[in-house]
Amino acid sequence: MEFVVITMAKIAVMLGVLLTVVAYTVWLERKVCAWMQDRVGPNRVGPFGLLQPLADGLKMMLKEDVLPRHITDKALYTLGPLMAMVPALVTAGAIPWGSQLPLFGRQIQCVVANLNAAVLVVFATSSFAVYGIVLAGWASNSKYPFLGGVRSSAQMISYEVCLALSVVPVFMQIGSLSLCHMVEYQTHHTWMIFMPWQWPSFLIFIISAFAETNRTPFDLPEAEQELVAGYNTEYSSMKFSMFFLGEYAAMFVMSAMMVTLFFGGWSLPFAPFNRPATTLWIGLAHVAIFLAKILVFLFLYIWIRWTIPRVRYDQLMALGWKIFIPLTIVNIVFVGIVLALWGGR
Amino acid sequence: MLVQRPKLTFWERLYLPQVLQGLWQTLSHIPRKKFTRQYPEEKPPLYGKYRGAPELVRDPDGRVKCVACQLCEFVCPPKAIRVVPGFRKEGASDASVEKEPSDFIINMNRCIFCGFCEEVCPEEAIFLLRDFSVSGYSREEMQFHKDKLLELGGVREDKIQKWKNK
Repeated sequence: MEFVVITMAKIAVMLGVLLTVVAYTVWLERKVCAWMQDRVGPNRVGPFGLLQPLADGLKMMLKEDVLPRHITDKALYTLGPLMAMVPALVTAGAIPWGSQLPLFGRQIQCVVANLNAAVLVVFATSSFAVYGIVLAGWASNSKYPFLGGVRSSAQMISYEVCLALSVVPVFMQIGSLSLCHMVEYQTHHTWMIFMPWQWPSFLIFIISAFAETNRTPFDLPEAEQELVAGYNTEYSSMKFSMFFLGEYAAMFVMSAMMVTLFFGGWSLPFAPFNRPATTLWIGLAHVAIFLAKILVFLFLYIWIRWTIPRVRYDQLMALGWKIFIPLTIVNIVFVGIVLALWGGR
Repeated sequence: MLVQRPKLTFWERLYLPQVLQGLWQTLSHIPRKKFTRQYPEEKPPLYGKYRGAPELVRDPDGRVKCVACQLCEFVCPPKAIRVVPGFRKEGASDASVEKEPSDFIINMNRCIFCGFCEEVCPEEAIFLLRDFSVSGYSREEMQFHKDKLLELGGVREDKIQKWKNK
């Protein structure tokens, strides 16, 4: 019973924080984009436009939910956006967002589900998002969403392989698939990013993560110039905002994965932040550190989106299958040799 | 025709230096001066002969200059103007003018701001002034009647005042 209550509370907190961060990522995206184009960005709703996400949300809820007449399968049409949003929220449950919080005489672990194969769960669940996009593309029953859905499924399936293979060297070094162990290992030794033999893994992981979340330069599924808006062309109101939410939540989760795998999760490489918290304040500081690191990656996502133009579809596929997959396999062998020769641990 | 593709070096084919250069380019724009004009608070500068919405003016004595000759109505390309002619009041100081508009309607939905009415007016009674954002919530509201047009136009300096001593 106690376990259920604590877990429910954790889920509520996690979801609340995630959705807030997601809402403000949209604000940040619009602001940063505006600054990069010598504009000001949203500045009307609240100071610095900080209430803009609320206004946007309200607008989305009040909008008419248009159901185009050519849509025959309403069930699939409705399932699409749900399937695009839910996996991103589910994966967030497996990621440790802090060390522990001493509250009411208990040590509360800052992770919704401390799984011993958390990485697999994250990859497996996040690949469910492709179903949402495929369903949306299919059920919309018109050309552009269909093309977007087809492109997206091909892209996400291709890059899933690279994504999973690229982090195998990390597991080889740690000897565990648990994300909590991963952070623990990095607090005892050093962050993965400070070990040069893990650099290729990180580079491939981050590029695949961009492709996996359908962000520029790999945002082909919704290439505006070619496909109107891709798979979400026929959607409006809350259904559209679910796609939107799903995309940004996926960005959040991928950033969290990068932080956890390569940048030491909630830790900083000096006391008292390099060991699990003993007081509440340090516990909260760990959560703040984790969020700050994620914010850096979210900024990177945005920064790259407003800099690099979209790649061509054949380039995308060639990069995935002809370069990254061989590279990741070579990388596994390479890191294996490094670890065998110098121990690594 | 065969286009000779330039031979790219290894670093050019890697794209990464260009990507980094692009990233620096966008980052360096963040602290720069912004070009946004905060519109409703900060109006754009209007220059000398700016042609805004057509409006009716009064002369320095405050009389309505329009004599309801309807030339503007006839010349108006989109037929936005409608003049309802009437008579000046008996015994008024300018009773010798005889005619005045009992109503003067400009449909601002139709007006194309061309300035023909201003050009054709023999009395210099209508001018394209500086109101550029003419807006309303209904079509009815966009029919500007005589009172509104006179209020918007205000008084215009007129040295001749040809009706004064007639």
